Amino acid sequence: MKPVLTLGPHLYHWPADEWRDFYFRIADEAPVESVCIGEIVCPKRAPFTLPHYEAVIARLRAAGKEVVLSTPALIVDDRDVALLQGALAMEGFLVEANDVAALALLSGRPHAVGPYVNTYNRATAVRLAAGGAVRVTVPVELPAESVSLLAGLPAPDIEVQVFGRWPLAVSARCYHSRAYGRSKDACLYACGEDPDGLPVDTLDGEHFLAVNGVQTLSSSYGCLLRELGRLRQSGVRRFRLSPQRTDMVELAKLYRGVLDDRLLAEEAWMSVERLVGPIPLSNGFFHGREGVRLV
Amino acid sequence: MTAATMELVCPAGTPAALEAAVDAGADTVYLGFRDATNARNFPGLNFSRDDLRRGLAYAHARGRKVYLAINTFPHVADDGPWRSAVDDAAALGVDAVILADIGLLAYAAAHHPALRRHLSVQASAAHPLALEYYVREFGISRAVLPRVLTVSQVKAIAAEGRVETEVFVYGGLCPMAEGRCALSSYATGRSPNTFGVCSPASHVQYLTIDDALVARLGDFTINRFAAGESPGYPTLCKGRFEAGGRQTYLFEDPVSLDARPLIPEFAAAGVRALKIEGRQRGRAYVAQVVGALRSAVDAAASGRPASSQALTALSEGGQATSGAYRKGWR
Repeated sequence: MKPVLTLGPHLYHWPADEWRDFYFRIADEAPVESVCIGEIVCPKRAPFTLPHYEAVIARLRAAGKEVVLSTPALIVDDRDVALLQGALAMEGFLVEANDVAALALLSGRPHAVGPYVNTYNRATAVRLAAGGAVRVTVPVELPAESVSLLAGLPAPDIEVQVFGRWPLAVSARCYHSRAYGRSKDACLYACGEDPDGLPVDTLDGEHFLAVNGVQTLSSSYGCLLRELGRLRQSGVRRFRLSPQRTDMVELAKLYRGVLDDRLLAEEAWMSVERLVGPIPLSNGFFHGREGVRLV
Repeated sequence: MTAATMELVCPAGTPAALEAAVDAGADTVYLGFRDATNARNFPGLNFSRDDLRRGLAYAHARGRKVYLAINTFPHVADDGPWRSAVDDAAALGVDAVILADIGLLAYAAAHHPALRRHLSVQASAAHPLALEYYVREFGISRAVLPRVLTVSQVKAIAAEGRVETEVFVYGGLCPMAEGRCALSSYATGRSPNTFGVCSPASHVQYLTIDDALVARLGDFTINRFAAGESPGYPTLCKGRFEAGGRQTYLFEDPVSLDARPLIPEFAAAGVRALKIEGRQRGRAYVAQVVGALRSAVDAAASGRPASSQALTALSEGGQATSGAYRKGWR
């Protein structure tokens, strides 16, 4: 099976037309086979992008890409459930669960399971597959040996995030609005001010984390470019790129080049470093180390 | 349901703490084995199989119950310790196991159907739909609800009545969705899910720099205390950071949860049990907190106003909060 590149759901709150144009360009130019869309961080953002779904989906499908509908990372109230039900109501799409609450409605039909559901071992993966999960994106902190053992299962297909900020935590509370001195209910979309997340630095001025609405991410961009060969050897066939405010089309081309053996990982690595500029890259989780590390 | 029937579930990290909790009025004591199968995997803490056997005898002789927390996520390379923890819990006769992992829930339901299964807070089931899944798939009897919920959300879940509910009323406060946080492993390589530890002491360092005490976790400064400021432990989400040009406790102030004033509301909502956090605490702390909570539960049951007995000296940072339960916190 040819390795598949997936574009994970766009996590940030961008102006709706920029969001739409981002996906249009992905449709037209990015060598990815599968694209996840859906507001997974905050249901208050969804009304802005929903009017563009039809056009975005049509453009992606016309380009031959699979469209997966991603659902909220934390399902707490009925607005989160409404997004889930909206995805379920659309015919002909694979829906990705990111909270166990979604499994209550998805079990028994083919679906995907995202990295926000705790799939840490074979018994869990097998159980999810029995409930209809055809693919599972593993949690970010799983080391190589664990990923490899999960990939050895006949089902589900295992997907691994190989680029983008690591999603480290999610909360019912919005630290983004708190940082702007606002309450969650009167946030005035503070998250829209920071299109690549709000930098959280230590008191020494070191970049550490990034806040995106109710989500907390790593400051570093995860990058498992040099590990693609090892992942493929262990049976992983699906690789996820998580969108950042960098040239995701160029980035996808670099990963595609390495997966197609047209480009050496080291060459691609240098190009990725140039693309992302001053933002450090990390791969520690995969090597069983601190996630922030670059091994 | 009245508060008289609400169960007080109390922590024990040692056999001495178990006896202290029972003597101070705990209806139930929860504890873990001395390994990575539970989310308080700290040196010198937790129970051997023999400790548990003796603890069960002590509690059962006094009409109290014991729950075993097996609430981390089994390692894919070797889930033996987790399965044997479930097997031994059944063999020794614990009153319930507290589980978070889907695979382990499936194992317990298949191999020990008569053993009560409670859903750990580490499963972070924050909506009735999530509980529906765990009830339908694994026959859980009770769910410990996340500390991220408001009182009205707790009420909504308890009112559904599909499953017994248990809520935290006192102790440490986790501001993130529990069991879905890798902040600790990002900085140290170890997290609650994988090693049963958060911001582990093995990775903590205190340094004195320019008269200030700097608290570090791994390679990162998590807090800095000026001379005279009372220093705290560098739990990552309770640290001081700079965001948007301001240095603040961005995620959570160093405070503890004290939801005693809400006990009558929880009772009216049909909440079945109240939980105290703190298996890492010593027997003196356990005795005092359990005693205070026993009084609060009994007062609520008889319609008396709650005692204002101060526990703040015991709280983290000496400050208490009703947490997310009061919506203003968000």
